[in-house]
Amino acid sequence: MERNQMRRQLALIRQSFFDQGFLDEQFIQLEELQDDANPNFVEEVVTLYYRDSSRLILNIDQALERNPLDFNKLDNYMHQFKGSSTSIGAKKVKAECTQFREYCKAGNSEGCMRTFQQLKKEYAILKRKLEAYFQQARQAGPLETACRSRN
Amino acid sequence: MTVEAEIDDPRDQFPIGMRVLAVDDDPTCLFLLEKLLRRCQYHVTTTNQAIKALNLLRENKDQFDLVISDVQMPDMDGFKLLELVGLEMDLPVIMLSINGDTKLVMKGITHGACDYLLKPVRIEELKNIWQHVIRRKKFDSKDRNNCGNQEKLHSGSVEGGPGSAGTLLDQNGKLNKKRKDQDEEEFEEHDENGPDNDDPSNQKKPRVVWSVDLHRKFVAAVNQLGIDKAVPKKILDLMNVEKLTRENVASHLQKYRLYLKRISCVANQQANMVAALGGTDASFLQMSSLNGAGNFQTLNGSGQFHNTAFRSFPPSGMLGRLSTSAGLGIHSLPSSGMTQLGHSQNSGSSTIDQVNFQQVIIPGNHNGSVLQGVPMSLQLDQLQHNKSVTRVRELSTAVDNTTVFPISSGLPDARMTIGSSSNPLLGVTNNTLMLEGAPQGAQTGKVFGNHSSVSFASLNSGLSSPLPDHRRLNDNWSTAQSSGIQSNSFSLNDTFKQATMQPSNLRDNMSTMALQIGCDPCNVSSVSSISTQSQDLRADVQCRTNLISSNAGQVSNNALAQRWDDHDQDGSYHSNVMCSSINSMIPVNGTVGPLGQHLGPKNTIFHTNMDFNSMEQSNFIDPLYMNHNEVNKSTMETSLKLKQGLFMDQRKPQGSFISGNFGSLEDIVSAMAKQEQDKLKLIEGDFGCDPYSLGTCM
Repeated sequence: MERNQMRRQLALIRQSFFDQGFLDEQFIQLEELQDDANPNFVEEVVTLYYRDSSRLILNIDQALERNPLDFNKLDNYMHQFKGSSTSIGAKKVKAECTQFREYCKAGNSEGCMRTFQQLKKEYAILKRKLEAYFQQARQAGPLETACRSRN
Repeated sequence: MTVEAEIDDPRDQFPIGMRVLAVDDDPTCLFLLEKLLRRCQYHVTTTNQAIKALNLLRENKDQFDLVISDVQMPDMDGFKLLELVGLEMDLPVIMLSINGDTKLVMKGITHGACDYLLKPVRIEELKNIWQHVIRRKKFDSKDRNNCGNQEKLHSGSVEGGPGSAGTLLDQNGKLNKKRKDQDEEEFEEHDENGPDNDDPSNQKKPRVVWSVDLHRKFVAAVNQLGIDKAVPKKILDLMNVEKLTRENVASHLQKYRLYLKRISCVANQQANMVAALGGTDASFLQMSSLNGAGNFQTLNGSGQFHNTAFRSFPPSGMLGRLSTSAGLGIHSLPSSGMTQLGHSQNSGSSTIDQVNFQQVIIPGNHNGSVLQGVPMSLQLDQLQHNKSVTRVRELSTAVDNTTVFPISSGLPDARMTIGSSSNPLLGVTNNTLMLEGAPQGAQTGKVFGNHSSVSFASLNSGLSSPLPDHRRLNDNWSTAQSSGIQSNSFSLNDTFKQATMQPSNLRDNMSTMALQIGCDPCNVSSVSSISTQSQDLRADVQCRTNLISSNAGQVSNNALAQRWDDHDQDGSYHSNVMCSSINSMIPVNGTVGPLGQHLGPKNTIFHTNMDFNSMEQSNFIDPLYMNHNEVNKSTMETSLKLKQGLFMDQRKPQGSFISGNFGSLEDIVSAMAKQEQDKLKLIEGDFGCDPYSLGTCM
């Protein structure tokens, strides 16, 4: 009973991710790849993402402290960041990335910095939510949502 | 081994188990991609560095069926990797990117990508990527078949005519060069069949193996006399070799003349091709003009040959590759322009190859598509049979031209593509190795008597049609080849022995050798083995060259070898010579140390080599002779570039680069007149670029 409840709760949380625009369909693709052979695939990917992107964020932060800003470099960083964010389906983060790149192209330092702060916020929020989600998922045991039958 | 067999996936359950190499610097994306590919039931290997990917691919040409790569990577531009893979290995490459801009997609296509996917990649799309593998295989086998048929058809007339000269270079009847190929095949067949055809008066005489040393002597004698005044009797006297008859010399001379003619034809052809291709880049256009001049395409590319050659290797368009090759040859890669050339190569590998091969030589990477830059070297890796073979030949030819003649002017982009054919080149490289062994044998006093060394070469020649697996080659050759390719020293010895045993394959050992040399992994080893085998200095030099070429793109050596194969033993001789020269260069470059550092010593060495080469070249070509100095200069520069290239690109490009330098005298001569300055500029540019590339590569 408890399990079922937990699972239901989990499903709701997951749904909220989509509804609130934190995640997009790509996340579902990830879930579909999860199977018996890789029961924690989604969590692994997300963990990998956060690990790698934190490094990127650091780089961008440093680059933003320079004066004048090297927009080219920033754009490159952001391209990378966007790539991985897209891969896990981090919708809001991706949107911020796009925005950031626009500012880079326009050479708008102020805009870049502002957007980046926003991006970091979204990034952190999503991280927190996903961490909680995975933790609950582990507690609830294998979820129907998490497991997909092999094609 | 039949062509059909090659086509089918060994697992027979294709696309299940298709071997994919995934390259992406982003760990998240890479992880996800790997999972997706595994879900499609492919066999996946991943790496986050382009350099590592190239190494993996070069190690074993037959290890992968398909490459998927991200566009934006820190250590190497995805497009560059794409080109290289296309040239050296002739594998289908799929690009991945978040950015789906039309411009980028176009760039991918021109560089030879067979598909361009957007991130995030969906599994449905990945489920269909196997089609590219099948498509390419079919295309290659078709080429090979054509080549094979042509061979059969023309067993007669070889020595003759310009036609054969033209085809000599293109062993593998590339589309454009079908005719040429045919002629070549014809010619090669002829050679294979023994000197008898060449020497009607000496039907019964044992076939003379024109080892590198022998050929070198020959060329020296011809140079001394002047190409116009060189008569067999005088040459014979000058050479002062026992057991060599006037008839042998006469036939060899005839081939040599044809070779020279062919080079100029090829150069012209390449020019035409380039022009036809309509380079998108200015460089490309430049190259076109160069072609007219005489394969100066390489001029543009030489420095860059790495880039160019590799860059474009669009499957459809050799042009792209050509451009690259051209770029390879001479300068720093002109960018897409080069690719253009490469493109032409694909189709007409033979013609273009020749042209490119000069350039290609530089890229050398025989392994395959990479060959582009140095069609010869590039292609070496390519296992593609037909293509490779042709490529190799062309490369060899190109190499010959380039290698022999310091002037790489020819840098035909086409050559570069030649590399792409991969297989041919591979064969070539192998051949080279083999040849080296063979000539060495001669050097050491072993009398191959038989064409054994030739057989190696002939194997290559024979291979010209599809080198796909060494197996295809004649027994000797195949053995030699495969062994050469696979096991460096081992194969060489084997092949070497085999060569001796089997006179029939004569083909031009050079080609074989070239092939051998081409094989990166193999070459290096083989080279060493060869060295051991033959005490000949030359052998060592060659070996080194091979090594270097292996490292750099063995193709170059092979290319050289190949070239000579066409000419029958003569070719091998040249190849050896060239190899030697390359070797000298290579050793320096071999270290792959910081470019700057090496340049110094290399330049010196290069000079030495160059001289040697120039010498050789001048022998061949009168005008070239005059430009000898120029050539040397250009060669030097090219070599320098090569060196840089070497460093810059992984093994293959370097090798090719070297060969590129050697490029045909013809090209150089013509180019020299026009382009001397350009070249110099290019060279300088190259240097500039090289460091950059180096940085990029590294």
